[in-house]
Amino acid sequence: MKLKFLIPLLLFVILVGFLAIGLNRDPHEVPSPLIGKPAPAFEVPQLEQSNKNFSPESLKGQVWILNVWASWCVACREEHPILLELSKAQIAPLIGLDYKDQRDNALAMLARQGNPYTLSAFDGNGRVGINYGVYGVPETYVIDKAGIIRFKQIGPITTEILNQKIYPLINELKKS
Amino acid sequence: MIPEFGHYALILALCISVIQGILPLLGAHYGRREWLVLARPAAQVLFLLLAIAFGILAWSFYVNDFSVLYVAEHSNSQLPVIYRLGAVWGGHEGSLLLWIFLLSTWTILVAQLSKALDEFMVARVIGVLGLVTSGLLLFVLTTSNPFERLLPAAQDGRSLNPLLQDPGLVFHPPMLYMGYVGFSVAFAFAIASLLSGRLDAAWARWSRPWTTAAWVFLTLGIALGSWWAYYELGWGGWWFWDPVENASFIPWLVGTALLHSLAVTEKRGGFKSWTVLLAITAFSLSLLGTFLVRSGVLTSVHAFATDPRRGIFILIFLSLVVGSSLTLYAWRAPKSSLGGKFSLSSREAFILLGNVFLVVSAGSVLLGTLYPLLIDALHLGKISVGPPYFNSVFVPIMVPLLVLMGIGPWTNWKNTNLVLVIKRLWLAGLVAVIAGVLIPLIMGQFTWLAGLGFLLAFWVIASGCMQIVRQAKAGKPTRSFIGMQIAHLGIAIFVIGVTMVGAYQEEKDVRMLAGESVTVGGYQIQLQGVDPVVGPNYQAMRGSFLLSKDGVAQATLYPEKRSYFSSTMPMTEAAINVGLTRDIYVSLGEELDDKAWAVRVYYKPFVDWIWGGCLLMALGGVLAISDKRYRIKLKRVGS
Repeated sequence: MKLKFLIPLLLFVILVGFLAIGLNRDPHEVPSPLIGKPAPAFEVPQLEQSNKNFSPESLKGQVWILNVWASWCVACREEHPILLELSKAQIAPLIGLDYKDQRDNALAMLARQGNPYTLSAFDGNGRVGINYGVYGVPETYVIDKAGIIRFKQIGPITTEILNQKIYPLINELKKS
Repeated sequence: MIPEFGHYALILALCISVIQGILPLLGAHYGRREWLVLARPAAQVLFLLLAIAFGILAWSFYVNDFSVLYVAEHSNSQLPVIYRLGAVWGGHEGSLLLWIFLLSTWTILVAQLSKALDEFMVARVIGVLGLVTSGLLLFVLTTSNPFERLLPAAQDGRSLNPLLQDPGLVFHPPMLYMGYVGFSVAFAFAIASLLSGRLDAAWARWSRPWTTAAWVFLTLGIALGSWWAYYELGWGGWWFWDPVENASFIPWLVGTALLHSLAVTEKRGGFKSWTVLLAITAFSLSLLGTFLVRSGVLTSVHAFATDPRRGIFILIFLSLVVGSSLTLYAWRAPKSSLGGKFSLSSREAFILLGNVFLVVSAGSVLLGTLYPLLIDALHLGKISVGPPYFNSVFVPIMVPLLVLMGIGPWTNWKNTNLVLVIKRLWLAGLVAVIAGVLIPLIMGQFTWLAGLGFLLAFWVIASGCMQIVRQAKAGKPTRSFIGMQIAHLGIAIFVIGVTMVGAYQEEKDVRMLAGESVTVGGYQIQLQGVDPVVGPNYQAMRGSFLLSKDGVAQATLYPEKRSYFSSTMPMTEAAINVGLTRDIYVSLGEELDDKAWAVRVYYKPFVDWIWGGCLLMALGGVLAISDKRYRIKLKRVGS
């Protein structure tokens, strides 16, 4: 057997090795460059009370959670019960960022499914979302007392993520 | 009950495909005729069973049987009938079933049309196809059963992704799959000849029309997909170097190399082991493409919800099929004889060089497609590879290829007097240079890249026309000769389209109120109004735009912004005024405040030549298949 005829097979074996490793990695999981950086500042009207504004500045000194959602987002509806659970636990303020949405639709959804949020900021044109690098709704951020982003989840949070990552992280951040 | 029959048909099909895969191969190996003769009837029964299964799935869509999970997930009672048919292959399970059904269709065609062929060879070919079918059937039955029930039945279905509700998308997957799967025939012929140890010219002769047929389908499938992306996605682009597009383009490049290499093997008995390797590679890449799309290892706009079991199964299947083929290759190919000698200026040498460029380009696209995965697997971070990589790597490889295309057809087998060829081709060279300088000047702006594009395109066109004239004078040219010239001409037309769009398209993103106008490429586009309209399963805002040139009205364009009832994502439906020398493309964006709309307009010169070129390539392939040489063979089959 001449060796050169084995080359295609060897190349293929290497390729399969990479594919096998690739299978166990999630291509959608992109590390956020914002982790460890200050949460971008903004000031936008609140969803429920449009005459009042919300700014992350007002939560300095507290650990809090920012959840990006929208009434048009199907995955948000799946995530909703978990958010309600999170809000019941009263572990930290849960701020919603209603992203690229219509106020009426958003309010109707909260009225129908329950409102887990301490309050929601209204980001109708998506400007705030751009600063946060939102590319999949829902997204969830944990922000510490100094206003630094410590955790980011793209896509719906699950009970496991809540119990294994978010709760322990918040407890730790609160202590510091 | 009916969907259960479909499920039974699939289970039976699996049993039959195992028989079809094992007995004929063993029969051919041990010389037992009674096993050998099972190949054809097994292929026929398998085809029948798969046709039943596929028909039942289509029926379930037609009658809106939402107790079938797959139907409930991909259809909806409001979905128009044509899209319900398209929805059969709108998801993972159905598209796999289509894949298998088409594989079986190719198998039965081979079984019926190859009666003149040595029965050992036919048995081996059908056997190899049977093994591939059984692997895929096992995959469908264990991880992706399209007939799985949803009890209690859903009230209504979730409906087909609105992006896919389009006539182009109804025909794109079957075309593409016919191409993908068609390479399985060349693959099976290659494996059969490796098994028999008879790598000869006859094998190449038999594979050629099948390979060309698969290549024609793949060409059309890719062109359809590109055309769909152009008018449906609303970005006005025609190729995105998206992993899934690449997954179909890489086998096309290797398939193109295979077509040419097969010619050498048939005519001169040369390149045998290289041709076999290409045949194995073309099909392996089709399988790899399926793996990449179906396992979700790459991020892509085409990515579907994925199940890790599926990825692992396809990977194991891929390893078995490709690994065993390449092992067989390493074992048997060294024994193949070398073909006739040829000089460096022969047609063989030119085809080989062209082959190298095609394979290198396929490799570079494959590398770019898999690079993010490799880097991630090595824990070096997450990156994505975009069009800049592909354009800067792929385009330079195409330049020498196009130069070769102008010369190659003039060369002779064995040896050519290149001086003579160059003396004949000076006129083509002159035409090319003039076109390369003049056309950009006529279009208003000279750029080196545009100049190069036109130069190469006209080089191929002029050389082709000169040769057609010469052949016509010398006698009646064969269909395969005309086919080759037309396919090459198609490439040139394609290059003109790409060059024109790349260099001279105009794009404007504007905010428009009713009554306002915008000018692109010498055309005025006036927004007349935006009104709500209602479709069968959506409502939309529809803009009316008056298109005029020099004050003369040409057409009214109606782009839409649709909201489908079943989905909350708004969809953009661009309106295009098509012309031989330009498209005007209008897409309606979001409604801004004060009744103003975001509007995007494009002027795309010669964009339709891109797909026109692909059609010519496919036409060339069809002509080549219909050549007399192959028809004699078919007649013999008929008698």
